[in-house]
Amino acid sequence: MTRRIVLLVLALVTVMHTERAAELRFAVHSDPKTFDPLLATEEVSETIRYLTGGVLIRLNRQTQELEPELATSWKVLDGGKRIDFVLRKNVCFSDGAPFSAADVVATLRRIMAPGLTSGVADLFRSAGEEITAKANGLNEVSIFFSTPVRSPELLFDQLAIARAHSAAPETAVLGPFMLQSHKSGQYVLLQRNPHYWKISPQGERLPHLDSIRLDVLANRETELFRFRRGELDWVDKVEPEAFERLKKGAHPGTLNVGPSLDSEFLWFNQNPNAPLPAYKKRWFQSRLFRRAISAAMNRDDVVRLVYRGYAHGAASFVSQANKFWFDSRLTPPSYDPQLALRLLHEDGFRFDGRILRDRGGNAVEFSFITNAGSKTRIQMGTILQQDLMKIGIRLNFLPIEFQSLIERITRTAGYEACLLGLTNFEIDPNNQMNVWLSSGTHHAWNPGQAKPATAWEAEIDRLAQLQHATSAPAVRKAAFDRIQEIVAEEAAIIFLVHPDVLVAVSPSLHNVKPSQLAPHLYWNIEHLSLSGLEQRREN
Amino acid sequence: MKVIRVLALCILVLVAASSVAADFLAPHDYAEQFRQHANEAPSRSFPLGTDDLGRDRLSRLLQGTRISLLCATLAASLATSTAAAVGLIAGYFDGWVDEIAGVLTDLFLSLPWLFALLSLRALLPLDTSTEVSAGATFLLLAAVGWAPSARVIRANVTSLRNSRLIVHARAYGCGRARVLWLHILPNLRPVLLAQFWILVPAFILTEANLGLLGLGINEPMPSWGNMLTELQNYQRIPEEPWILAPALLLVLVVGSLQFVVSGRNIWE
Repeated sequence: MTRRIVLLVLALVTVMHTERAAELRFAVHSDPKTFDPLLATEEVSETIRYLTGGVLIRLNRQTQELEPELATSWKVLDGGKRIDFVLRKNVCFSDGAPFSAADVVATLRRIMAPGLTSGVADLFRSAGEEITAKANGLNEVSIFFSTPVRSPELLFDQLAIARAHSAAPETAVLGPFMLQSHKSGQYVLLQRNPHYWKISPQGERLPHLDSIRLDVLANRETELFRFRRGELDWVDKVEPEAFERLKKGAHPGTLNVGPSLDSEFLWFNQNPNAPLPAYKKRWFQSRLFRRAISAAMNRDDVVRLVYRGYAHGAASFVSQANKFWFDSRLTPPSYDPQLALRLLHEDGFRFDGRILRDRGGNAVEFSFITNAGSKTRIQMGTILQQDLMKIGIRLNFLPIEFQSLIERITRTAGYEACLLGLTNFEIDPNNQMNVWLSSGTHHAWNPGQAKPATAWEAEIDRLAQLQHATSAPAVRKAAFDRIQEIVAEEAAIIFLVHPDVLVAVSPSLHNVKPSQLAPHLYWNIEHLSLSGLEQRREN
Repeated sequence: MKVIRVLALCILVLVAASSVAADFLAPHDYAEQFRQHANEAPSRSFPLGTDDLGRDRLSRLLQGTRISLLCATLAASLATSTAAAVGLIAGYFDGWVDEIAGVLTDLFLSLPWLFALLSLRALLPLDTSTEVSAGATFLLLAAVGWAPSARVIRANVTSLRNSRLIVHARAYGCGRARVLWLHILPNLRPVLLAQFWILVPAFILTEANLGLLGLGINEPMPSWGNMLTELQNYQRIPEEPWILAPALLLVLVVGSLQFVVSGRNIWE
């Protein structure tokens, strides 16, 4: 009898314990390469860094305002050459060790160490050759940049503070979760950090969730299938076609968050040293030719057919998702083949109803490359092929392996036009200066110029330097708006679309506030909670 | 089971004939985009429906069948000829010739052909037409696909070399070339045919797999490979079962080829 009672009590305890276990489950598409937050270079490691790492300041992905985290306040001084932080008191790492200014100094020292390569390290290095940190007591720290940095506080949104003198930074973290276990190729399990400092407005210790299971699933269709079966709590970046299927199936929780920061675009090779025939170089360097091509492209059809309506025509790198930097005066060029033909005629081209020829009688035919394996870009390319055929231009479309493509666009200049996309994580365009400055290595159409090849590129250089030299937001915005307008007028880069952020979230998950900015779903992870756990277990 | 073989042969003839007459049978141009009719179900205008860009699936299937079948057949002929040459020489001439041929065969068997294909695609001039690009892809498949057949042919030649027939031919004063051309090669005919019929579906399937990786025949030209990429979204199949048409045709053709080649072995 006693034995039975003991067993019953044990069973009850187990049931109660299981009821408490609120485990969030979602899929990642590969194994993380590292758990060290300062070495994260790819998406999965960065996801784990976001979920486990504590940062000084966090960008609120909804309001796009900076909010205090481990730092209660901060001040930018010396025109962007210094930033002072006041740190939160009584904060502990997940192993119970106290957090202090020494940890911030050690993290900065490590991130700037020669040889350390990671996304965050590159971000800090691009901000200044030398960055030093000095602790002013236990709870204050000053960071010094060798050159003025625009919006230096934004850098700290991604810098997970690690414990000083820790051999394995992933073992002591300041974020809401900490690493529990990892089975290569199967899953990563994170558990609640018992020492996490944040408390909800209702006075509850955060995070609400007990654990997070990240299942490694390379196949997106399997991910969707498991989501439909209730085995996963969300799917991020749902493909438009799958999104439509979910919507058709009346699956609750499908949500179009709106345009992302990403963009799809193409550009012509304007490099004077490119191994191309002289007459083709003349076409590509002609503003009228580029504008004609832009006018001949049916962006609405790209949106409707390739993205099933879940995208927006683009006029610039900056989409509507970027509240402050979006230039509302710019609108995507309308599809107008007649305008395209008029512009081409003005530029000396002749269309005989079948073939377009330049002044020299050369039939207009060019190739454009894109990365093999991207279904959306291949479809876009096929649409553009037919659009340009209508004005007598023959387009050879060549999807090639990504490394060869990079080699061609950055080193050999052995290409005519290129269709690519940009996945953007930053809202401040200062990080794009490498693209806009004529000397920049990513100045797509003609990189690494010793001096600007054209007057409009010189003007872009001037505006880029102006926005970098001032910290006044209005001046910076005006300068960057003008840069975008010049790029649009010159059709230096022909923007096509900004794809929408499509997500699917389980109805049992609460407080999810999907954002257009990455990470779209877990940026407020500590506030998420689950209900209907009983039902889930039955599933 | 002669009936099955005859049926399989009829299917192959029918498929081949319809692909040859694709230009006459196809209701539309395979590349034409009817953008207002994208993703439509089968109808009188579009008997197999339309794809994401509004292109007629039937026209693309007919044209794609022509390309896949023609290219695979040509590549299989080339690969079988190469295999025959290497196998004959290696099997007949013993010693260092056989050793060199063996090394060459092993080398081609161990070649990472996917990387070779990636490199080839990257090295092709940018103004390469889709037709040339498709030809180059199949040429490369032939160039790396002959090795397994060469081993089979070599083994057959080795056993033939010591047969009474060849010993008698040599005793009557036949030269090496005559022995190879008139006595060994005709006796290899069933082996060569079998290798050819095995390689055809193998190349069709390889092109289909390359299509799934985005490395097959370039758009807008259709092939079974690039048409099969739609099936990656397999959850779409219950709603739009007609997208299975290229897969069913592929299975039908490959299956028929197998029955034609080895039907007797399977059924008797």
